[in-house]
Amino acid sequence: MARTATSPGAPKTALGKAALEVDDRLIVAGPLRRTLNKVFPDHWSFLLGEIALYSFIILLLTGTYLTFFFQAAMTEVTYEGSYAPLRGVEMSIAYASTLDLSFDVRGGLLIRQMHHWAALLFVASIVVHMLRIFFTGAFRRPRETNWLIGVALLVLALVEGMTGYTMPDDLLSGTGLRIISAIILSIPVIGTWAHWAVFGGDYVGELIVGRFYIVHVLLIPAILLGLIALHLLILVKQKHTQFPGPGRTEHNVVGNRLFPAFAGKATGLLLVVFGVVAALGGLVQINPVWLWGPYNPAQVSAASQPDWYVMFLDGSTRLFPAWDIYLPGNYNIPALFWPTLVLPGILFTLLLAYPMLERKLTGDTASHHLLQRPRDVPVRTSLGLMAITFYLVLLLSGGNDVIADKFDISLNAMTWVGRIGLIILPPIAYVITYRICLGLQQHDREVLEHGIETGVIRRLPHGEFIEVHQPLGPVDAHGHGQLAYGGAPVPKKMNQVGGARRAIRGFFSPIEEPTAVELEQRGEERGLASAETQRELTSSGRPAEGGRPAEGGRPAEGGRPSEGGRPQEPRD
Amino acid sequence: MTTHDTRPGTTGGADTPGPLHGGPDDDHTPEQLAALSREDLDRLGARYDGVEILHVEPGPEPGSAMEKRAVRQVGLLFALAGLSAFAFCVVYAGAGWFLPDWQWELGSSTFSALYTPLLGALMGLAFTFFGVGLVLYTKKLLPHETAVQDKHDGSHFDRVTTGATLVGGLHNSGLKRRKLITRSLLFMGGGLGLMLIAPLGGLIKNPSRGNPLGTTDWAEGVRLVRDDGTPVRPGDQEPGSLETVFPAVPGGNHLTDAATMLIRLRPSQQDQAVPRQGQEDFGYGDYVAYSKICTHAGCPVSLYEQETSRILCPCHQSQFDVTQGAKPIFGPATRSLPQLPITVDDEGFFVARSDYIEAVGPTYWNRERI
Repeated sequence: MARTATSPGAPKTALGKAALEVDDRLIVAGPLRRTLNKVFPDHWSFLLGEIALYSFIILLLTGTYLTFFFQAAMTEVTYEGSYAPLRGVEMSIAYASTLDLSFDVRGGLLIRQMHHWAALLFVASIVVHMLRIFFTGAFRRPRETNWLIGVALLVLALVEGMTGYTMPDDLLSGTGLRIISAIILSIPVIGTWAHWAVFGGDYVGELIVGRFYIVHVLLIPAILLGLIALHLLILVKQKHTQFPGPGRTEHNVVGNRLFPAFAGKATGLLLVVFGVVAALGGLVQINPVWLWGPYNPAQVSAASQPDWYVMFLDGSTRLFPAWDIYLPGNYNIPALFWPTLVLPGILFTLLLAYPMLERKLTGDTASHHLLQRPRDVPVRTSLGLMAITFYLVLLLSGGNDVIADKFDISLNAMTWVGRIGLIILPPIAYVITYRICLGLQQHDREVLEHGIETGVIRRLPHGEFIEVHQPLGPVDAHGHGQLAYGGAPVPKKMNQVGGARRAIRGFFSPIEEPTAVELEQRGEERGLASAETQRELTSSGRPAEGGRPAEGGRPAEGGRPSEGGRPQEPRD
Repeated sequence: MTTHDTRPGTTGGADTPGPLHGGPDDDHTPEQLAALSREDLDRLGARYDGVEILHVEPGPEPGSAMEKRAVRQVGLLFALAGLSAFAFCVVYAGAGWFLPDWQWELGSSTFSALYTPLLGALMGLAFTFFGVGLVLYTKKLLPHETAVQDKHDGSHFDRVTTGATLVGGLHNSGLKRRKLITRSLLFMGGGLGLMLIAPLGGLIKNPSRGNPLGTTDWAEGVRLVRDDGTPVRPGDQEPGSLETVFPAVPGGNHLTDAATMLIRLRPSQQDQAVPRQGQEDFGYGDYVAYSKICTHAGCPVSLYEQETSRILCPCHQSQFDVTQGAKPIFGPATRSLPQLPITVDDEGFFVARSDYIEAVGPTYWNRERI
């Protein structure tokens, strides 16, 4: 419905008129306002997933650029490019075009290295993001679907990375491809058939690089893109989780609106991620394929390791004992099958099923929007640490030859350390984590009950020494705090409850009057500055007498909330 | 309606939007909205989206020292970001024009070695300065508000009404009663599904045709040649040394499964040698030849430690003892490296007596049967 220029509220500026024209046609004002008003909780750990998203954007941009130059074919050519040490060497066109885009395309090496760094960052940020989700219980109902999508994204990211670093057909990636071929062959019953289907024949054939290419640039990115969109859509629909804190409930989200605060910070993070990847891509060399040389099935270099995200499988392959299983009829299951296919299969299935397993075992089927602190769920936290320990042993074993070499340890000893460590370290990690969780829980309860240790030692008239405690809230007749634990961090230092003066702003020189800050503090009725003016050192400062010596005796019946007892802003 | 509204077909009655188009517009007339301040409008809209703005900490006072300082910082960062970006363009385009050439050359100037690091550093700085500037702008110059948004559970009303629509449609389709349609649909679904994945059958190939996994290009009388194609004679190698050899066929040094290690044993090694049963005569004098392709995952086993007679695969650290028929003695490999039977031809060069008598490379399901 068009409006006349005189109707009230009609836009007068050119921009406003243009906006009206757009909204007359698309009717976007409502949805746009809802989007701009969406509230995002403010916590650094919620940015981890964003880092993954931003590295994916870098991957799409740089990857598209690389396809302008990369030729995914195994055709043999003689290299004639500008990298002199390899001139005249026979190599596949895949490797030759990788060299060309590194040495003969202006800025090509920067983009190639950015692509590789962004891939490492992509997987790393997915993993760290997933750990955050796991340890805070953010995967609980109603967010199981997004957990499943997240695990699928992780697996796809691994496959995407693996196909990516295989394509240049250098000596290192060729060695990796040879191992992939052996892994496919090791599948019981259908191994050789699967190999012939993937490679189009015996290893290595002409087809595999072209097939990996289309999988790497179209198939998996398309699925990744779709799943990421779904992941975000569900996130928007379900709204964010948040840590417990003042005013935060299961039925609200406290934080900043998308526009402008969150948009500003998120865009800032995007740019910083871009900047870090660009700097890494330029300054820190990665996968210098020209040093490895073209692939040759008869050659290999020491310390051939895959990218970090596949290294745990390399480790499991190194550690697994030489156990071929021979079956009647002269069939056998190769040892390689277990550490490379069965183990990741079990690991990812457990990861995928964890929310359902936990729901079954704890019987907790309620919807949760408030996060848990890891210490409050000791079993889950300990299981998580157990899994991390298992993973780290595998990861380190993936480079055990390098460790053996650098630290002058026997290689075989490293293998045995890995084999034994893989079995005994995770349970140890479980027990230790469990104890730490309980200890932290107890400390929280103790501070709530007895108050913060002030570090002030007081000598009583009859010679007894006691430490003065600052109660966090009202205390009962015995001086015990009455605040219940609310799942939020408990302040444990006087500075966290306003014990410290606010710092005077300014880096090299103060930009505000120190005296004005002092006055402001005194007026605030909190913190040491104001306490000093009111303090009358009369009582003992025992918890039983109200904790702090400032109040001039026992608190009134029921306990007047002391200044320290006001709810604290959660610290990020 | 404006004066240009000349729609035909409206003579049949008034063409006015129905009541369903109203929404908040019914509660707030344009006149009422026009009377509200921009801030109130913002809060009104937010409330309409379930958002309550609890507390706004205003940004620094206009003209205060704090504001000036923050503006200086942010402005400086943005300017530096622009400077870095322009510098990037100058280096990118200027190389080979008014700057030295960027391309790699043996023993070339330092500029070509600095080119990529310079580009990366400048691009990184540009993005990072911009990002940090933006964050500082948000943190130091914008008002900080704390907002609360309500989280709604699913609506019972929505569930019941949607369910009624869905079930009603399903009920009207009569699929429950019309069994023939359901069954034929299922049948068709199966057929169509199969048909759609059937073209993937083009990928399937029979791996057992011609036994490609069990055979290599080695055959009786094929010479053992080095990477450069020169044949090998007994006496060419020092005792205790290892040389990689290939079959003397076209492209032999790029075959994936034919690479072979020709090892000359030291006399002491030869004394301890325990060849595999039935393969005692596969060597020639103090020479033995083993497949270079690891029986574990197919990597070339390359590291020969002659003091211990061990060959180590650098991929997964399987170790093979050359004096015991290349038996695996540590690591994940389960089978000995296959041994190539060798002899010497009329001209005194090493030749193979036959192909490997077993499949080289990694184990697979039916390896023993071929």
